[in-house]
This record gives sequence, C-alpha cells and structure tokens, in this order.
Amino acid sequence: MAVIAEPAAAQVKRSSLWSRAFESRNFLGAMFMVPAIAILILFLAYPLVLGLWLGMTDTKIGGVGRFIGFGNFVSLAKDSVFWLSVFNTIFYTVAASIVKFAIGLYLALLLNERLPFKSMIRAIVLLPFVVPTVLSAIAFWWIYDSQFSIISWVLIKAGLITRYIDFLGDPWNARWSVVVANIWRGVPFVAITLLAGLQTISPSLYEAANLDGATNLQRFRHITLPMLSPIIAVVMTFSVLMTFTDFQLIYTITRGGPINATHLMATLSFQRAITGGNLGEGAAISNAMIPFLVAAILLSFFGLQRSRWQQGGRD
Amino acid sequence: MSSVQIRDVRKSFGNFEVLHGVSIPIEDGQFVVLVGPSGCGKSTLLRMLAGLENITSGTISIGDRVVNNVQPKERDIAMVFQNYALYPHMTVAENMGFSLKLRNAGSDEISKRVKRAAEILALTPLLDRYPRQLSGGQRQRVAMGRAIVRDPQVFLFDEPLSNLDAKLRVAMRTEIKELHQRLKTTTVYVTHDQIEAMTMADKIVVMHDGIVEQMGTPLELYDKPENQFVAGFIGSPAMNFLKGHIRVNGVATFEGPNGVKLPLKSAPAASDGKPVVYGVRPEHFTIADDGADAEIVVVEPTGSETQVFAKVGGEQVVAVFRERHQFNPGDKVKLKPDPDVIHLFDEATGKRL
Repeated sequence: MAVIAEPAAAQVKRSSLWSRAFESRNFLGAMFMVPAIAILILFLAYPLVLGLWLGMTDTKIGGVGRFIGFGNFVSLAKDSVFWLSVFNTIFYTVAASIVKFAIGLYLALLLNERLPFKSMIRAIVLLPFVVPTVLSAIAFWWIYDSQFSIISWVLIKAGLITRYIDFLGDPWNARWSVVVANIWRGVPFVAITLLAGLQTISPSLYEAANLDGATNLQRFRHITLPMLSPIIAVVMTFSVLMTFTDFQLIYTITRGGPINATHLMATLSFQRAITGGNLGEGAAISNAMIPFLVAAILLSFFGLQRSRWQQGGRD
Repeated sequence: MSSVQIRDVRKSFGNFEVLHGVSIPIEDGQFVVLVGPSGCGKSTLLRMLAGLENITSGTISIGDRVVNNVQPKERDIAMVFQNYALYPHMTVAENMGFSLKLRNAGSDEISKRVKRAAEILALTPLLDRYPRQLSGGQRQRVAMGRAIVRDPQVFLFDEPLSNLDAKLRVAMRTEIKELHQRLKTTTVYVTHDQIEAMTMADKIVVMHDGIVEQMGTPLELYDKPENQFVAGFIGSPAMNFLKGHIRVNGVATFEGPNGVKLPLKSAPAASDGKPVVYGVRPEHFTIADDGADAEIVVVEPTGSETQVFAKVGGEQVVAVFRERHQFNPGDKVKLKPDPDVIHLFDEATGKRL
C-alpha cells in the first residue's frame, strides 16, 4: 500500500490548486449551482426584497424614499378602501375557485368518458385558455356593456326582463360579473389538468369496483375522488394563487369600479403605486397579500399533502 | 358455488368477430383453465363471464340463471385481475373488505371475514399496509383475498401470475390449487402458459382464433390431442412434427422427409400414400439400433433431463432423455420414436387420424 500511496501523494502535491479544485465534488457541485442561484437571485430574490423594502418607505415616483418602518401598514389599516379590496379579493377568489373546481371537474369527467367528437370538444374547452387575457376581458367588457350587452338583449327578446341590466354599474352585479369572467378564463386549466389526472387512474380499478358492487356514485366517491385528490390539491393551489393575484381581467373590465367595488389588492396596489405615484404605499398593499398567499399554500401543503398511500414502500 | 354454462357465445367488436360460437360446460366446483395464444379470445370470454363485456349472441348462465343482461355486481362472481387492480388508497384490510362495505355489512362482520381470509392466505401481518408497500406475490395474495372474502359463486382469474417472477409463479400456482381444493369454488382461470394449465386444471379448454380447439382433462389433451394445434400447444418442449406419407407394405411405416422411415403401430384403413403429419413428443424418443439416422446439433442439459436437438432427414427435432447419454454436437445416433404413443394428423385438415 505504502509503495503505491507515495507517488500518488507526490502527484497531488505537484498539481495546482485549480486542478485540485476541479477534482473536488463539493467545489464542482457548487460551480454547477451557480447559474441557477444567479437566476433565482436576479429574478426572484431581488424583486421580492426590493418590494419588501419599498413597502417600508414613503418612496414616490421620481423621489428617493425614506425608511418609515410599518408606517404604510398603519395608515392602510385605517383605510376603508384597502379593507374593501381585501374583502373583494377574498370574495373573488373563493367564489371563482369553487365554481371553477366544480365546472372543471364536471368537464374532466365528461371528457374522460367515451363520447363522439371528443377531441373537438377538448379543443373547445381549451379555447378560453388560448385567447390572450386582455382580449377575452375586452370581449366580456362588451358582453357586460350597459347599452350593447348581448345578455340583456337576449333576455329582453325572450321577454324575461324589461330593461337592460347594469352589469358593471352596480357593486354586486360588477363583482359577480368579474367572477364569471374569471371562471370562464380559469375553467380550462382546471378541466384539462384534472382530465390528465383522471386518465392516470387504471380502468381495471373501476372494473374491480364494479364487480365489488359499487354504483356509479360509489365509484366516484371511493375510487375517483381519492385517486384524484393529489392532483386536485395541486390544481386548486395554483388556481387560488392565480385568482388571488389576478390583475388583467379586473383592470381591463372595471378598473376597480364602480366605487372600488371590484378593486382587488393587486389592482389597488397598481393604482396607488403607478397611477397615483405612491410606490411605497402600493408596495405595502402588495406585501399585504403575502400572508394570504402563504396561508393558502400551507393549507394545501398540510391539508392535502401526499397521503400515506402514495409514498413509496418500505420493506 | 355454481355450475357455469357457456352456450354458443359469439363476440364481435364492430364487424370483427373475435369469438365464433364457443360452448363450454363447467361443472360445480370445477377448476377450468382457458388456455391459448395471445388473441385467441380467452380473456374476452372471461370478461364476458364477469359482465365487463357484453355478449353479442349466445348465452352464459351461472347456476340456473342466464346472466347475459345481469350487472357484474349482481352475478355473484369475484375476479382476480392480471395487474391485481388493488385500490392504492386503501389498506390491505380495506381492500379486502370493500365489497362488504358496499353491501352495508356491519363492521364486525367485515373484520371477521377479512380476518378469516387473511388467515387462509397468511396476510394477517400485512392488513394495515398499503398496496405500495407489498411485494408482487403479496399483492397477488391480497387480490385473491379480496375474492375470497366475498364467498362468491365463481372465481375468475385473468392471467394472475404473469407479473410474477418464475420462482414465485410456481409457488403461487400451488397456492391457488391448494386454495381451490380447500374452498371448492367453481373457478375459471385464463392463462397463456400451458404448464399452468396442465398443473392446475381439472379441465383445460384450448382456444385458438376464437374457437375451442379441444377440452378435456390435462392428460387427455396430452395423450390424445384432437388436432395438430393442440398437440403442438400442450407439452414442453413442444411435439415434433414431420411431414410425409403413410406406406403400407406388409407393415405400416411412415416415410418422412428425405426418405426417413419411422415406425407406425398400425395404419388407418386405406391410407397407403396418404400425406400425413407425424407427431412425436420429445420424451418419446429412445436410442435404438433400428432407429432413424440423426445428427446431433445442440445438447442442452437441465440436470434432471437432457434436451437434444438433432437433424432427422434434414428436419430438426428435439428429444428429451432422462438418462445421461454422452452426446456431442456432430455425433451420429439412431433415434427411435415409441410407436405406441406417436400421433398422426391429416396434413390438410390437421385433424387427428
């Protein structure tokens, strides 16, 4: 051993620090991680930290801000428009997510059956997802128009109502209107993802359940739902996050009106920061969304995390 | 327990008929194996029996009841699937008790029956595990447990052993047979493996291209195959076939390729010159001075026996010897088939003569 070890040791001594570093697993590992870390810092960590910092300053557009601690949050706590936007955001998220899930699951189950023109129906289901958000928002804006609304027109022609509905002029009408637009926009994502999940369930499980005596409803309750629950958790977490932070639809259809009735936290933040010039206050509103988002993620993480049956075997 | 009657059953997918009128009587308590190559329709027939495929024409009855239009869950059958189809989100006990739970059985009764089935299959220590945490053989046993718990009229097995390794397959084969001897429930078992069929069945049904080629006990099929297909399918290594003619010249002989003469015990009446296929099982060759000339090509010892591949009249045949001959490739030997147990088939129809 000693005879072999000695020349090897001598060789190591001779080689440079550089080449030795490249033989070290730890150094190489760190090197390979540098690009990923750089991207994360540049595009995730920096904006996040900057946003957090801005929220603690009174920065205005064109001016250099001063650190004021939690000053922005204190004033927001007394701001009724802010609290209205919090309410609107929660209402918007909860109402839209529940309906998106229900319709999405229904469509996914439908598309999982043998039915004629399946691929065409699937393409149609995907359409709302393909159209740019702003474009579909403009279409909805038009559908909800107080004078040219096709819905009002149809209902009047059918003799169901006598005057045009003021979709976007009344606070609750406006809230429900944007919720419907969001549902229309979000259903394809839920439906297609749940469909992908359904297709991973082996048909022989349904056959076995059939022989075991399960009715259609029992098969759904005891096979489909539990087998689909991990996918449901992922889809709904994403859906909630995307709905909670929605901006485009609201900003295009209502701009937060009427009288702030559809202002979400994201649109209010934009209005205060960019339109109003108060970058610090706008950032603070954005930062106020973080606890809600973290709560939503934790809920899905702990409530719907991978159950025991999905984890690998131990033997 | 019940008898099962399959009468002139046909099945078409669109215009394509896959089963062309199959009739199989199954007695109460019998272990019947449907065997045949891929695509012969055996699994389709089993699924029709289970109610997972509808019946194009003909009738299937379980007991006295025609079940053509009876829902699977009302047929009182249990099926073991090839991939086991265990519910991954349920423990072993929940998997086994699921059918009882759906029938609103009390939890006492469920746990009693699950426990009993678990004892029969030695699954008791695994009752709280999930299918993911089980080995292939254990999953297989859980799938059987799920069937036993229901105490059905008929057990259906759809190639249940094909996902197991060779050693486990042999062990499970014995286990399933033992289970049947204990429970005596009518069983229909589908496999493509003729060894499984031979070892387990009371009655084998050999299927090919949507028809029944032959049914009978394992030894009937081995001793008296009705046609060339069954002769070639049953037995391992497979039967050797040589094409040639019958010559009746005082004594009946078979004249094979390149003038090879092989012995016949007797020739069918008025068959001189008739083109036939001469079938001889590998285990029915002996080395004898009055045998046909053969040149050894390959020797494959397996320990208990030796498989010898040799050329007879230019055709390759395989012979199996339990005694340990010292053969080398290139050796010239004399191979003699036992004329008492050779098989003759009509060359045109493949039917036994």
